[in-house]
Amino acid sequence: MRRSALRTLPAIVLGAALLGAWEAYVDLSGVEADLLPAPHAVASALWSNGGLLWRNFAVTAEEVVLGLGLALLGGLALAVAIHLSPLLRRAAYPLAVGSQAVPIPVIGVLLVFWWGFGLFPKLVVIALICFFPVVVSTVDGLAAVDPEQPKLLRTLDASRWQSFRFAELPAALPAALSGARIALAVGVIGAFIAETTTPSTGAYPGLGREIITDVNFQTARAYAGTAMLVAFAIACFYALAIAERRLAPWSIRTRGETR
Amino acid sequence: MPTQLQSRAQPPTFGGGTGAHIALEGVSRTYSARNGAEVQALAEVSLRAGAGELLAVVGPSGCGKSTLLELLCRLQSPDRGSISCPPAVLMPQHDLLLPWLSALDNAALALRIAGAKRAQARARAEGLFVELGLAGFQHARPHELSGGMRQRVAFLRTLLSGKPVLCLDEPFGALDAITRAEMQEWLAGTLAGEPRTVVLVTHDVEEAILLADSVVVLSPRPGRVVAQLEVELARPRRRTDGDVIALRERALAILATGSQS
Repeated sequence: MRRSALRTLPAIVLGAALLGAWEAYVDLSGVEADLLPAPHAVASALWSNGGLLWRNFAVTAEEVVLGLGLALLGGLALAVAIHLSPLLRRAAYPLAVGSQAVPIPVIGVLLVFWWGFGLFPKLVVIALICFFPVVVSTVDGLAAVDPEQPKLLRTLDASRWQSFRFAELPAALPAALSGARIALAVGVIGAFIAETTTPSTGAYPGLGREIITDVNFQTARAYAGTAMLVAFAIACFYALAIAERRLAPWSIRTRGETR
Repeated sequence: MPTQLQSRAQPPTFGGGTGAHIALEGVSRTYSARNGAEVQALAEVSLRAGAGELLAVVGPSGCGKSTLLELLCRLQSPDRGSISCPPAVLMPQHDLLLPWLSALDNAALALRIAGAKRAQARARAEGLFVELGLAGFQHARPHELSGGMRQRVAFLRTLLSGKPVLCLDEPFGALDAITRAEMQEWLAGTLAGEPRTVVLVTHDVEEAILLADSVVVLSPRPGRVVAQLEVELARPRRRTDGDVIALRERALAILATGSQS
């Protein structure tokens, strides 16, 4: 416990130093509060608008988690298909890369036309933004198996499926989880994009929409909302890192091992 | 296909290793290298091994020793010549233990591939696991094992495939000298209790003579059989025995000159 506290100390010190510098800058430069609110003003906005921000945050968090789940399912399925079929690799890989260049507002209206103002079109946007790192890192992980391994398994009479299940799939798990961590980091901004491109009719539209509404007239509240998104992204990233240690402990211990 | 790869595979026999019999007649194998050049790995190789024998194959690196094993394991087919060999299993140079499985689960891999449930496979592997000096390491992960222990697990995985022929590709090549000597003794002891027909590829002439019934010397690429020496020495053999030393000198001389004279 003491050790993990020590490990987080550098991040806390750096964060505190940056906040101090920010506070000093606002104080000394006299920049207007609507342009850049001081950290203490952001903190007080967070305190006094806690209920509103929290309810919006709950909406956004749900979108991120479900959207990421969708991206993981889709990304893993596509990666496995690409790995098993060279034809599909040649056909689908360029399109997957290209999909990352599509500006979401272009298709936002279409998504709303298809699926309405609810949660689902937002999940589609997040999944579209998040699936790519999952696909790339999983495909690489699946291909990184020692080329001697399939030979060995064949002489043990393993079928193609058994070779995949016993060797390739577990070997790719750490890479897939790394991909998921990258996906998660972009997933939070993905939720922001989703909320601002596909309107919602719910009582609370989500933190992204709230920030966009606040940014001109309630700048401190917009910063407070942003701080929540930042904290959420960090928390999720490390939660996944812990999950990786649990699910694929060998990847940490054997990393860097040379043959 | 049948003319190239005459399969006279007999049903695997367990424990006794009887019925295994390996014969290669005029086997050649040529690869296309990545740059398009043709590389001949083996040229007109003929050799034999009786059931339950240990045949050692020595030769300089790149003489097609690994190709020979892959041919026996049917991972490749010869371009010319015929191969007669019962079902064979490969123990590759690197142990290739799966890092996410325990030592016991790695050893039992062949049983699981054959359809056994995890618990069943473990139970069936456990007896030999303990017998082969691995007691206490059942739940250890491969990275927690020493090099010698890893090779023991890899060998047990090979053994438990139940195939009558074992193809060992420089199994102790990566070990330090002391561990290697220990493992050679261990292998000799293990095969005394679990006889199989074994083809052992090694660059260590002494290892070949200590372990084998017969030693095939290959020439540099393309690999040709320069000599097949019968090792008719009583077991257990010691590296300090006069006969072992004499035979080792003879094999080294053949390797150096590339001919039997």
